[in-house]
Amino acid sequence: MAKNPEHRDLFPGALEVMILQSLRLKPMHGYALMKHIKQVSDDLLQVEEGSLYPALQRMLKEGLLESEAGTSTKGRPTRIYRLTNTGIQHLEREVVSFEKMFAGISRVLATAKA
Amino acid sequence: MSLFSRFYSRNRRYNDISVSIQEHIDERIDELMEEGMSRDEARRTARRDFGNVALLRERSREVWQWQRLESLLVDLKHVCRRLARAPGFAVTVVLTLAIGIGANTAVFSVLNSVLLRPLPYPEPERLVSLHLDAPGAPGLAEFRSELRLSASMYFTFSTHNRVFQSMGIWGPDTASITGIAQPEQVNIAQISGGVLETLNVPALHGQWLTAADQDTHGLGRVMLGYGYWQRRFGGDPNVVGRTISVNSQPRVIAGVMPRGFKVVNYDFDLLLPLALDPVKQSLAGFAFHGIARLRPGVAIPQANADVARLLNVWMDSWTNGPGTDPHWYLRWKVAPALQPLKDTVVGGIQAVLWVVMGTIGVVMLIACTNVANLLLVRADGRQQELAVRSALGAGRWRIARELLLESVTLGLLGGTASVAVAYAGLHLLTTIGPEELPRLSEISLDGRSIAFTLILSVLSGLFFGAIPVLRYVPSRQRLTLLGAMRTASISRERQRGRNLLVMAQVAMALVLLIGAVLMIRTFLAMRNVDPGFSDPSSLQVMRLSIPDTLVSDAATVARMQNSIIDKLAAVPGVSSAGFAASVPMSGAEPNWDQIIIEGKTDDGDNHSMRLYNYVSPGYFHTAGTRFIAGRDFTWAEAFNVRPIGIVSESLARELWGSPQAAIGKRFHETSSQPWYEVVGVVQDVRENGVDQVSPATVYWPTLMNEPFGAKKLGVWRTVYFAIRTNRAGTQTFINEMQQAVWSVNSNLPVADISTMEDIYSESMARTSFTLVMLAIAGTMAMALGILGIYGVISYAVSQRTREIGIRMALGANKSELAWMFVRSALLLTGIGTAVGLGAAASLMRLMRTLLFGISPLDPITFTAVPVVLVAAAALASYLPARRTAAVNPVEALRAE
Repeated sequence: MAKNPEHRDLFPGALEVMILQSLRLKPMHGYALMKHIKQVSDDLLQVEEGSLYPALQRMLKEGLLESEAGTSTKGRPTRIYRLTNTGIQHLEREVVSFEKMFAGISRVLATAKA
Repeated sequence: MSLFSRFYSRNRRYNDISVSIQEHIDERIDELMEEGMSRDEARRTARRDFGNVALLRERSREVWQWQRLESLLVDLKHVCRRLARAPGFAVTVVLTLAIGIGANTAVFSVLNSVLLRPLPYPEPERLVSLHLDAPGAPGLAEFRSELRLSASMYFTFSTHNRVFQSMGIWGPDTASITGIAQPEQVNIAQISGGVLETLNVPALHGQWLTAADQDTHGLGRVMLGYGYWQRRFGGDPNVVGRTISVNSQPRVIAGVMPRGFKVVNYDFDLLLPLALDPVKQSLAGFAFHGIARLRPGVAIPQANADVARLLNVWMDSWTNGPGTDPHWYLRWKVAPALQPLKDTVVGGIQAVLWVVMGTIGVVMLIACTNVANLLLVRADGRQQELAVRSALGAGRWRIARELLLESVTLGLLGGTASVAVAYAGLHLLTTIGPEELPRLSEISLDGRSIAFTLILSVLSGLFFGAIPVLRYVPSRQRLTLLGAMRTASISRERQRGRNLLVMAQVAMALVLLIGAVLMIRTFLAMRNVDPGFSDPSSLQVMRLSIPDTLVSDAATVARMQNSIIDKLAAVPGVSSAGFAASVPMSGAEPNWDQIIIEGKTDDGDNHSMRLYNYVSPGYFHTAGTRFIAGRDFTWAEAFNVRPIGIVSESLARELWGSPQAAIGKRFHETSSQPWYEVVGVVQDVRENGVDQVSPATVYWPTLMNEPFGAKKLGVWRTVYFAIRTNRAGTQTFINEMQQAVWSVNSNLPVADISTMEDIYSESMARTSFTLVMLAIAGTMAMALGILGIYGVISYAVSQRTREIGIRMALGANKSELAWMFVRSALLLTGIGTAVGLGAAASLMRLMRTLLFGISPLDPITFTAVPVVLVAAAALASYLPARRTAAVNPVEALRAE
């Protein structure tokens, strides 16, 4: 929970997209998911437990994910989260809209510099 | 998804969350240990990094909940569990509230049905009654609240007005129906054209009476009231077109009016056309009620102005006969004072209902303060728990919400139970309520009553719940502190809340008790008034009418009435019998006019209006009305149509100075009559009820020459027979009475059979109803108030046991200790009483119209009630205070 000023707050929807994208690679359990995001982003992004678990439940409820009983890498019982077809479609739509947004922001920033 | 499987799957979800989080932490611990931490250190770090597990778990779970509702439900579950653990407390509170709310709902339902709901006619807001005032007609106000309309007014008003969509006049009467079963006397409403159009309720079967039915030369049809139609014709729709014999005349049934339809507030059996002949009308004959429907957009002041104009047209258009001045009525200063029809229907009951509603509302307040007191005690017991929860991070709002939820739950439980109480209470109210209560048949529990119950339940819950909340949820620090004060003596501050409540209770109870005692004194004052008749319980009364279609000759009618008296007097147990056009308080309306006194110069200006009554020989003796001077009529004089009369005492004193001086003096109604000689003076009779003045009354014989027009013998055909018998009111006597009447003529129906006692009680019904309601409320208030004092003192004693122990150990006197508690109770009562007296002094003025014979600030009441209340409070506090004497100082201290 330690707040590191270098870790910027994520904007709305960002956490969801990252979770979806990570789970698209392979189904994971909570801890692995957190580690995965941290690693892939080279420690730039840190997902807080306080946001992760409620977010997972929200997405389960919306039908983007499903969960099943499984074991962790250490062999302890846990729940594995997996992307559903709806989740994949949602992710693709979101990625497109994110890309548009990033493109927009980049252009605005470029103009500002010029 | 069914509810069950949804909850099942939710439990699975909750479990998933727990498993996931647990694994997350375990894995983190493993990782940290791999980095070289000890197990304990790793566990602590992992926990710390993860944050508040319970909170996070809760957040994750909330995704699956209807969040606010569910947390409310959880709280509710807690509340129910706690209440179930204290069933005595819960039952006491719910019962108290059920009775309080139920009583309020019942009274509100009556208030709603009678005062608030619109009249059951289409567009009722446009209906007005044509009320006329005549301040220039002295004496009229003694027996009439208004000047009724004459038929000539109807013709003028209905033809020339610019403000009414329609208007009509009507009057109640009775008629004999023969040929169906036994001869029967029924209540009829005689209506002019325009009455049905004004009320505008379509017929259930058949059609309205039409203009053709109002034709003087034809024999108009009749309409049936719903009740009569059900009773006599079994609700047969084919009755339309059949003929019935009304006053021995065959009339065709035109139609049936629907259930609940009344002419203003008159529940009739038959509607008959008035069939007025415009050619025969004069200015006078002020006998009818007028109603009208205003044109859209016309307001009452505008209509008043138009009627004022029409009154001049009326005097210009009609006359009382040759040689009379049609503008003589200018002296009466007749002025229109039209009022919404609803005001006419509701009448004087309005004040009673508001007083009763206010009273019951105060009882509810007292009940709420009692409940608040109980809750305070309960909250005291939960202080530790609340303090602990507060320390664990429960927000103030969260704790307040739970306390309020508990009280609102109690309120709603009470409200639910109250519906049964309200239903029973309403039944009771309509039974004991005054029979004159208007719109009685319309009274019911409707949506508005239920909404009222709901609002009252929630509001009372919030009200008595807010008091402990305000005391116990001021701030976090205080709560924690309070929790630490376990061994301290009771704090002044904690006691103060309860003290305030008790003072408020005492004040409110005092107000109600004073109201109740004032009503009791009013009732006694009314009972003490000599009504002008004696021993009403042994006076049988019945009404009998001999229509001219049955017997046309006036003298024959008089002989027939005389033989009925003889037959009645021969019934076993009867000591005497007589009849009169009106018996006191029966609501019958004989007649009124001025009288001219022989030898007094007729300045014509200040002729007072006198009430007329028409009596048989022996009537006063039977009724027990005392002769102050002179004598009664004799039958010989009656049959010979001797011009003699009897006057009331007040009239004799006013005109001739004393009752004795009146004997032998002469008077008449009009100069075309012979002079009538006063042969007797009788005591004043409370004609319109004991709380109304006795009108100056002239008693004429029933058989006399018509005062106006051609000399012709007239007789009063509808009379009340009064029979003095100790068998009054028994069914066997009523049967024998009926047989006696039928032995004279088998076509004579007997109606309005009752004892004078019934009529007398009915005339006091408004007072006795208010009295009963206030007495119930006052007693409840006193009981609750005393209970409150008892509770506070005994709680104080139990809380201060330790202090008492110390005091005793230090040598305090036992009786002094008890006195200390009684003194504090008396202080509370004293302050409450002072506040209550002030409130009562201003509130009782509102009851002025309901009081009789005493001032609203009656000193006896205002002294006696506080004394009784203080004495009761002293007793209520002494009982628990006495327990201090039983306190053993050693044990008291050891108990800590």
